[in-house]
Amino acid sequence: MLAMSRNDILLFLGFTIAVLAMPIWLQPFGAAYPDLLQRFMIFGIFAVGFNILFGLTGYLSFGHAAFFGVGSYTAVWSFKLLSLDAIPAMLFAIAVSGVFALVIGYLSLRRSGIYFSILTLAFAQMSYNLAYSVLTPITNGETGLQLTLADPRHVDRMFGEAMPGQPVPTLLGQSLGGFAGFYFCAGFLIIAFFIAQRITNSPFGMMLKGIKSNQTRMNYTGFNTKPYTLAAFVISGMYAGLAGALLAVTDPLAGAERMQWTASGEVVLMTILGGAGTLVGPVIGAWLIKYFENIFSAINETILARFWDFLPDGLDHAAVVVSSKFVGEGWFLTLGLVFVLIVVFLPGGIMEGVRRIAHLFNRPDKSSPSQGKAAPQPQPAE
Amino acid sequence: MTLLKRGLSRRRVLQTGMAGIIGTGIAPMVFTKGAWAQEFCNNPTGDTVTIGLNLPLTGAYAEEGADEQKAYELAIAHLNGEGDGGLISVLTPTALTGKGILGKKVAFVTSDSQTKSDVARAGATRMIERDGAIMITGGSSSGEAIAVQGLCQELGVIFMAGLTHSNDTTGKDKRRYGFRHFFNAYQSGIGLGPILGQEYGTDRRAYHLTADYTWGWTQEESMKAATEALGWQTAEAVRTPLGAADFSQYLTPVLNSGADVLILNHYGNDMVNSLTQAIQFGMRDREANGKTFEIVVPLFSELMAKGAGENIKGIFGTSNWHWNLQDPGSIAFTKSFGAAYGSPPSQAAHTAYVQTLLYADAVERAGTFYPPEVIKALEGHEFDGMGNGRTLYRAEDHQCMKSILVVRGNENPTSEYDVLNVVQEVDREATTYDPAIFGGDLGPAEPVPLCA
Repeated sequence: MLAMSRNDILLFLGFTIAVLAMPIWLQPFGAAYPDLLQRFMIFGIFAVGFNILFGLTGYLSFGHAAFFGVGSYTAVWSFKLLSLDAIPAMLFAIAVSGVFALVIGYLSLRRSGIYFSILTLAFAQMSYNLAYSVLTPITNGETGLQLTLADPRHVDRMFGEAMPGQPVPTLLGQSLGGFAGFYFCAGFLIIAFFIAQRITNSPFGMMLKGIKSNQTRMNYTGFNTKPYTLAAFVISGMYAGLAGALLAVTDPLAGAERMQWTASGEVVLMTILGGAGTLVGPVIGAWLIKYFENIFSAINETILARFWDFLPDGLDHAAVVVSSKFVGEGWFLTLGLVFVLIVVFLPGGIMEGVRRIAHLFNRPDKSSPSQGKAAPQPQPAE
Repeated sequence: MTLLKRGLSRRRVLQTGMAGIIGTGIAPMVFTKGAWAQEFCNNPTGDTVTIGLNLPLTGAYAEEGADEQKAYELAIAHLNGEGDGGLISVLTPTALTGKGILGKKVAFVTSDSQTKSDVARAGATRMIERDGAIMITGGSSSGEAIAVQGLCQELGVIFMAGLTHSNDTTGKDKRRYGFRHFFNAYQSGIGLGPILGQEYGTDRRAYHLTADYTWGWTQEESMKAATEALGWQTAEAVRTPLGAADFSQYLTPVLNSGADVLILNHYGNDMVNSLTQAIQFGMRDREANGKTFEIVVPLFSELMAKGAGENIKGIFGTSNWHWNLQDPGSIAFTKSFGAAYGSPPSQAAHTAYVQTLLYADAVERAGTFYPPEVIKALEGHEFDGMGNGRTLYRAEDHQCMKSILVVRGNENPTSEYDVLNVVQEVDREATTYDPAIFGGDLGPAEPVPLCA
């Protein structure tokens, strides 16, 4: 952390504390159970990685779920063939998804703008269909790839007999279920966030921002932008692979659905909702969407009836009927509304809202002294 | 060490300690069952016990999911002594009291599995970790059932499968913590084979359209085996994606394939769509190889028959149960379900209801919620009165051995529910098979995994 500014260090420390304290501050929201916390971490990593490509470089990929899925499948195969340990699975997943991203990136990055988006979407949809039906011996199709007692696990077998019971991924013999799994993923989210922060502030990051604001000018100035965009694509593909592998570590099943275009769309939503181009924004967007998906979708009419109980008879029934359209299976509707409101009123996502509020409180201070230390200039979001 | 920064409760210490001990492989020597008997996932300590219902409320099998939910709510009401008591009085032998399970009131939580394995697993995890579910039940896709069953084995929570017909659920992918009351594709083949031979002769060429996941694969395999044993040939077997709305691209090649029977290994909306489109292609009015072209739907349900309307007439298939059966159990269930919801129950609703009662009964007999004891109470348990005659929960693969039905689409329905005729009841002796043919390994019940 030598070359980091004071603000960056504060941001990093604040983020770390917020993440590690999640089991406490999410308690009142009914979200402090390990599985959802793990998902918060995993999709946070996914969104941070996506932001390197979309927020920083300005390339909108509509096929990022493909790398996520490749990461998951690689991790599960590593559990099946080699060892139940999480480390080799994750190394393989990052490597394989990186290579996969290199191939797809090399082809897709020949175009930019909407053509690039469509190309990535096409590749992702191809990967999804391959996983869903063509490559069923490798992916087990719709049923999903699972661990079984009969898996070879060559490395584990070399060190003695397998332990009894359903095989679960471990870290050096330590089981990764529950809160252990959460802290494991949290560690990776913090590392991922730190790396993204360093990339953003490095000369390489400056180059990516330059590509975003005007690629033609960069070319005329004499820079070859291709290696930079490809590097950003591969890095963000590796982030997605890491997230996919973590999902397989915490829940050792790889299904084809996680490669579908809706999953690719979801990460775009997360980034835009939170604030593309900002560091914290995508993570917040990911948390919000996963919260909606898991909590709002689980609210049923019984819970609503209890909630509206204070209203007079008849009115409470009407309230239940109306609100039930927005929860349960209707959680997409709520999410859609939130998304529309944010895009219309806060085009920079939640982070723009945060900045506006901060600005309101800062204004009185700023008006009196004409100069002094410069206010931290946040990244403009687009 | 990030692992120990927070949340170092007694439970966490125990849990990590346990994991370490198991990891070194000395677990069986260190602790005995007695010492740990009451330390298990979601041990209910209050005066309620929570069941997790994992149901597809959206997706290709949504209609079955909605019907299952009704049945679960009914079963839970009956267990708590509300309503007319339903099948509690006809189950023999029974340990049910109508005062909850072991004196605890039964509550439930739900989750929409969207007919997707990934989502089903996430939902089940949420219900176990956050809502403290002692048992997970539901699902109307085998893909889901297998995925959730694996998860339940990992977390040490019993899974009572809902509608799942794949051979793999209690075959290759069977689990110690998973139980299935529904019949399977292999038994469909046993039941349907002889009838098909009798009706359509022994010289036929069959074309399969198969839903592309575990259930479709095993049903295709079982139907191929059953029809080829009759002397039929298989022209081709084509896999179609789950939830495809348009099957015309798969149906066109059937016309030129030289086949004279189309076997639709589809279920739910998929079957409604593929059958309707096949009829629109004029398949049932065709002649091929000098014989009338026939369509067979090996797994049938009333909900699908209703959805397909007219098209279902005269088509053969199999069912786990039908509301029109005349034994006391079926009559009681149809009456009780009809009184509550105004329509007769589907086979999905029946299996859901029965599974809930069987779990409650097993807990009462075991005298504890401790999963290994409940598993022992279910394994090899023989009971009667649930609508399928004398039934055995087989210990080797956790598959129920009972009679199944061969059904045919009703030519002259008297009401919108009277869509299927029972052609034959295939008894338990005929549908019993050797569990070893599918392989698989149940795995151990103990040590009980501890969920977070």
